Amino acid sequence: MKAIKFLFTGIFFGIVLTKSEAVSWYRIVEMFRFESFHMYGIIGSAVITGVVLLQLSKRFKMNTTEGNPIALPEKAKLYKKALFGGSIFGLGWALAGACPGPMFILFGAGYYSISIVILASLLGTFVYGLVAHKLP
Amino acid sequence: MDYILNPWPWFVSGPLIATVMFLLVSFGKTFGMSSNLRTLCSIGGAGKITSFFDFDWKEHQWNLWVVAGSIIGGFIAVQFLSNTAAIDINPDTLAVLAEYGFAAPQNNLVPAELFSLEALQNPYNLTLLILAGFMIGFGTRYAGGCTSGHAITGLSNLQLPSLIAVIGFFIGGLLMTHVFFPFIF
Repeated sequence: MKAIKFLFTGIFFGIVLTKSEAVSWYRIVEMFRFESFHMYGIIGSAVITGVVLLQLSKRFKMNTTEGNPIALPEKAKLYKKALFGGSIFGLGWALAGACPGPMFILFGAGYYSISIVILASLLGTFVYGLVAHKLP
Repeated sequence: MDYILNPWPWFVSGPLIATVMFLLVSFGKTFGMSSNLRTLCSIGGAGKITSFFDFDWKEHQWNLWVVAGSIIGGFIAVQFLSNTAAIDINPDTLAVLAEYGFAAPQNNLVPAELFSLEALQNPYNLTLLILAGFMIGFGTRYAGGCTSGHAITGLSNLQLPSLIAVIGFFIGGLLMTHVFFPFIF
């Protein structure tokens, strides 16, 4: 594993999300109030670009840097989990105005109190691990 | 230089985020930030308590480098690649937020009314942030991904479970913003 390429990918990601204002609490409120196209434009154009890139990589049988064919794992067909878990995450996303990428980026941007959200999210993940087998 | 220092438009940002996703795929990995929370739990020894965290976290070490990079990226963007331009939020949104007691953002990314040290001395605000974080951590693992894993990667790979998850994100987000915000703030 060459750490440096992942570090640089992360740096690039952090810069893009900050400069696009996707890490802004206000942008998330605005999005959920349908009062701006900005976030929908970001997510929409990311997905369209992503679809094109993945389809092209399959069409041209591109390999990864490790020499294997490019292939993404299928997401597990656990629709109830996706819906229930997704809704719980959505509640937290709208309240904190940050999802798991932006909360780390905001810390780097100097908003250190976001570490409360980060620590609480670790607790949430831990509690999920405890009760996962009992959930639908 | 203004193009870099000003906020970046959506049609630049979106394709660049897709590039991040594709870079990781071309490295033989997948883009997913919430997985790191599980990895960090595992590093912290949670595997001794429940098998959900009992895995070889070293295989996921690469993703922690992405996290480290994203922290540095946030720092670089704010310190070196930004001007003092106020964030251009819809005045209608700001009017509603003003009713809730939130001042205009200026060039801040999060509201001082919720995140400043003064605000956090109020146990109510502290509880809100803890609740929000808890739901983020619990919900993403329950759903099997967050915005990066489901909304960007999953939708780009035409995965139906990801579409369902994104619908869930919006059910939760709309409930919070429209139904709970008037009670909370």
